[in-house]
Amino acid sequence: MQTHLKKRVEIVVEFPVLRRLLDRLDRAQVTGYTVVPALAGRGHDGPWSSEGLAGDAGRMVMVVCITDPTRLDPVLEEVYAVVSRQIGIVAVSDVQVIRAEHF
Amino acid sequence: MSLLELAAQNLLSPMVLFFALGLAAALARSDLTVPEAVAKTLALYLMLSIGFKGGAEIAASGVTARMVGVVLMGIALSFAIPVIGFLILRAVSRLSRVDAAAVAAHYGSISIVTFIAATEVVRGQNIPFEGYLVAVAAVMETPAILSALLLARKGQERSGGNGGSLGSLLHEVGLNGSVVMLVGSFLIGWATGQKGLGMIAPFIVDPFRGVLCLFLLDMGLVAGRGMREGARHLSPPVLGFGIVMPLLSAALATLAALPLGLSPGGAALFITLAASASYIAVPAAMRLALPEAKPAIYLTLSLGVTFPFNLSLGIPLYMALAGLVAG
Repeated sequence: MQTHLKKRVEIVVEFPVLRRLLDRLDRAQVTGYTVVPALAGRGHDGPWSSEGLAGDAGRMVMVVCITDPTRLDPVLEEVYAVVSRQIGIVAVSDVQVIRAEHF
Repeated sequence: MSLLELAAQNLLSPMVLFFALGLAAALARSDLTVPEAVAKTLALYLMLSIGFKGGAEIAASGVTARMVGVVLMGIALSFAIPVIGFLILRAVSRLSRVDAAAVAAHYGSISIVTFIAATEVVRGQNIPFEGYLVAVAAVMETPAILSALLLARKGQERSGGNGGSLGSLLHEVGLNGSVVMLVGSFLIGWATGQKGLGMIAPFIVDPFRGVLCLFLLDMGLVAGRGMREGARHLSPPVLGFGIVMPLLSAALATLAALPLGLSPGGAALFITLAASASYIAVPAAMRLALPEAKPAIYLTLSLGVTFPFNLSLGIPLYMALAGLVAG
């Protein structure tokens, strides 16, 4: 089966800035994204966990977005505008998809 | 009842003991946990219950000039306390301007769970209090955030650097889920009055204390984890601030309560509001507005130091202070 090369952008970000990040992705006209809750982890300031948290601070989520390589830079610029000062990570990787027109 | 008797009775209440259980379990690295979704549901339940009951009491008593005065005084305290806290932190600790402002914001805002715990202590002593203090709690959430932003501004290259303006920040803070739930339930309670309260009392009145115990168990677990992981971020002066600042805020609120004519129960809750430190609404606002500020400092201090202090010793002390200024 023929596959097509796309870019997968993974953004692990603090929950309080999620809405701003999704607004930016919408502005970059990505065709879609998925938000996944993150349960626990470890970063520069030590371990963290979302267990038992009644508030949003301290919660992390992962946003997964697949886009065409030609549109990667505008997407990353929008993402960077939100996450540059926040806790979190941004990673870009190559992926193969079956339906090129979806992205 | 003397202050010591009140403190001893409070320390042996189920609420404080469940909090202590959670704290001890977390410090001992037990695998006891409350799922995040359950914790959020419990918090929503408590907001609904306390808001509705406050609104129903207003429906019975009506809006008075005294109520307006207490609300305005609460707003003024919420603006002023962060300034005092900021100046103290800058004088006694090596916290950066942004970290000091973020910590100060937590102490100017309020902890609704501390307030709820205090209402249960006051109720347990059969001391009446004004239902509109729920509204005072709601309006004291936000002014402290504005104060902190002004205090931190000189330390920032620009505000809203994560893609948001001050307007969008205020929108997000003002429509924070806990604020919407508290204010919305208060308005529904006000609109439906005692009749409405009677209709849902089996849900929001009878199970209230049991739910509060479960929520405080969770708070103890979160506070214990925070202390375990975050204590290394707190220097001795900052740790001391977590105890001294609520006492200073309580002293200021006691003076502020003098001309307000509150009942002893109302004054105790007003002082408790001023002395409490936020750990739900303000931390999320700080992640938006001052992302350079370290959450390990302000969350650990607010939840791991000030909340246990207020829950165990602070509330009885604030009740004693209220006895000095309320008739």
